[in-house]
Amino acid sequence: MTDASTEQGTSTTAVRTGVSVVALIATLVLFWEGYKFIWTALEWTWPVNPSDRTLPHTWDIVAALFKPAQRNGPLLIFVELKAALFTLREAFVGFIIGGSIGFGLGVLFVRSKTSERAFMPYVVGSQTVPILAIAPMVVVWGGKLDIPQWLTVSIIAAYLTFFPVTINTLRGLRSPEPTAVELMRSYASSPNETLWKLQVPSAMPYIFTALKVSAAASVIGAIVGELPAGFRGGIGRDLLQFSQQFTAAPEKLFAAVIIAGLAGMVFVGAVTAAEHRFIAGSRREPT
Amino acid sequence: MKMSLWRRSGLLIGAFGLVLAACGDSNGAGGIAEDCDEVDEVTLQLQWFAQSQFAGYYVALDNGFYADECLDVEILEGGVDIVPQQVLATGGAEFGLAWVPKALVSREGGADIVNIAQVFERSGTLEVSLADSGIESPEDWAGKTVGNWGFGNEFELTAAISKFNVADVELIGQDFTMNALLNGEIDAAEAMIYNEYAQVLEAINPDTGELYQPEDLNVIDFNEIGTAMLQDAVWVDAGWIAESGNEDIAIRFLTASFRGWIHCLDNFDDCVDVVLANGSTLPAGHQEWQLNEILALIFPATNGIGIMNDELWDQTVAVATEQIPELQGVDVSDGAFRTDLAEAAIGNIGSLDTDGDGYSHRDIELKEGGE
Repeated sequence: MTDASTEQGTSTTAVRTGVSVVALIATLVLFWEGYKFIWTALEWTWPVNPSDRTLPHTWDIVAALFKPAQRNGPLLIFVELKAALFTLREAFVGFIIGGSIGFGLGVLFVRSKTSERAFMPYVVGSQTVPILAIAPMVVVWGGKLDIPQWLTVSIIAAYLTFFPVTINTLRGLRSPEPTAVELMRSYASSPNETLWKLQVPSAMPYIFTALKVSAAASVIGAIVGELPAGFRGGIGRDLLQFSQQFTAAPEKLFAAVIIAGLAGMVFVGAVTAAEHRFIAGSRREPT
Repeated sequence: MKMSLWRRSGLLIGAFGLVLAACGDSNGAGGIAEDCDEVDEVTLQLQWFAQSQFAGYYVALDNGFYADECLDVEILEGGVDIVPQQVLATGGAEFGLAWVPKALVSREGGADIVNIAQVFERSGTLEVSLADSGIESPEDWAGKTVGNWGFGNEFELTAAISKFNVADVELIGQDFTMNALLNGEIDAAEAMIYNEYAQVLEAINPDTGELYQPEDLNVIDFNEIGTAMLQDAVWVDAGWIAESGNEDIAIRFLTASFRGWIHCLDNFDDCVDVVLANGSTLPAGHQEWQLNEILALIFPATNGIGIMNDELWDQTVAVATEQIPELQGVDVSDGAFRTDLAEAAIGNIGSLDTDGDGYSHRDIELKEGGE
């Protein structure tokens, strides 16, 4: 499907991405260790105490990943990767739910100015309520309705996900030139045809931008959603557990944070990959 | 051709979903004794995640003690926003664990719950300071910054401050690490003997390059200075326990739970293993320490495990009604606890060591990070 020039293009991009990732990690490590070194030497403790108890060495953090999570148990990295997959599953379901709701709302609003005026303030307002306040309520309601606990976590992820998709879908659906809309009308297209053949395709870049934001947000939503009920299996629960062990083993918390960050990056990466396939593909469509 | 696009993206999404779904969870179920005419399903709400603090219940579940009593018990772990008293009052669980003073506040707030077994006879709360701070008694807190967790965890401390007339104490909220104390930001910190105190002993002392030693710390034990309040107890909703047949369920639940705790006296390592199996990131050494200290809070049990010690109840009530604004002038004891169910449970297991006479405190060597 792909021709030679794009293949070469992707391999150069891959190399470039690899180099920039390595450079970024090196910069972070330098910054972290440099901060520790300078602040320790000058005996500064503000804003963060540089002691090993608060900021463990980067190599200790990486080493913690390759030690058993529990005596005679599997390595921490395997335990946390498993937990991250569990959390990603919750996030993914929330992403699909939130993305669908967001897309649906965008279509509704573009079709009906009245509904936009009626509901948009609430859509915006919903995002000013902190997720930390919503999460316990959803968990309690979910428990009462006998919804499986992972699904309540997904609902919290969906809550963080739908907003960017709504806003960008709406903008995207309005993005076609008026002349293009008029052309569709002159062909006697139904509103549905105009929507699917003109508006949705031109909204795709907007929607994918929102989906990338949402993918990261859904992982955050899933992690936060695991906290109120201490839901077992995911990385949110482990983050909480390690934060309790922070005095004795601070490196474990940072190690789990790294894995949680990787989980988010993998999800965003998957959405980006889907975007490349989808939008590149649509360009090759014969018109 | 447009459809192929949609289908392609759908396939991508679907494939990603399948990968994630493949890592699903699996549930195991304990075997119920075959000679049960009827099995009762009940739920126990913990205050926090699985850890040795709850070993007796996990052991009763995993070793089939609940099944022996024809009970199908589900243990719900706690979390940041889980209040067991509320879970009980809203019918989310039949049994819940809670500290007595917190439960008394919930009762005053309208949660009609009853203490049916006072499992922990002693308080696990300490006020810890570094040895070189010179804080050896509550009076030494004068002029110092004294940390506490707030949210109802501070009343043993505030009671001690007023009992010993300590002036000029600056009370400071602390997080749930001990770093503020070790970094010298506060002079004393609240710590549970089975958790935060051990975490200090699992951390490296930068001055020596070795683990902190008990000699490096000064400890004020609220049990010793007389302001301790009763902690983990089993509570039920008063309406639920009044329904016919539920007292019998409660007696069976307590019988099996007590068996679990007594089992840990003689099978310490087995109990630690059960706890570790319920939390893949719990450090083993820390859980050994915790179980050892938890058993010390239960045993020896003056009147047998779970039976209220009236003297300590009265002390708890005295401190609570003096220190907790919501409870001032309230007759908090009225219908707050009963001992008949726990007594019946002990009657069922009379041949076991229900007083914990055979209990002895172990010597647990802690390692860095609680490994």
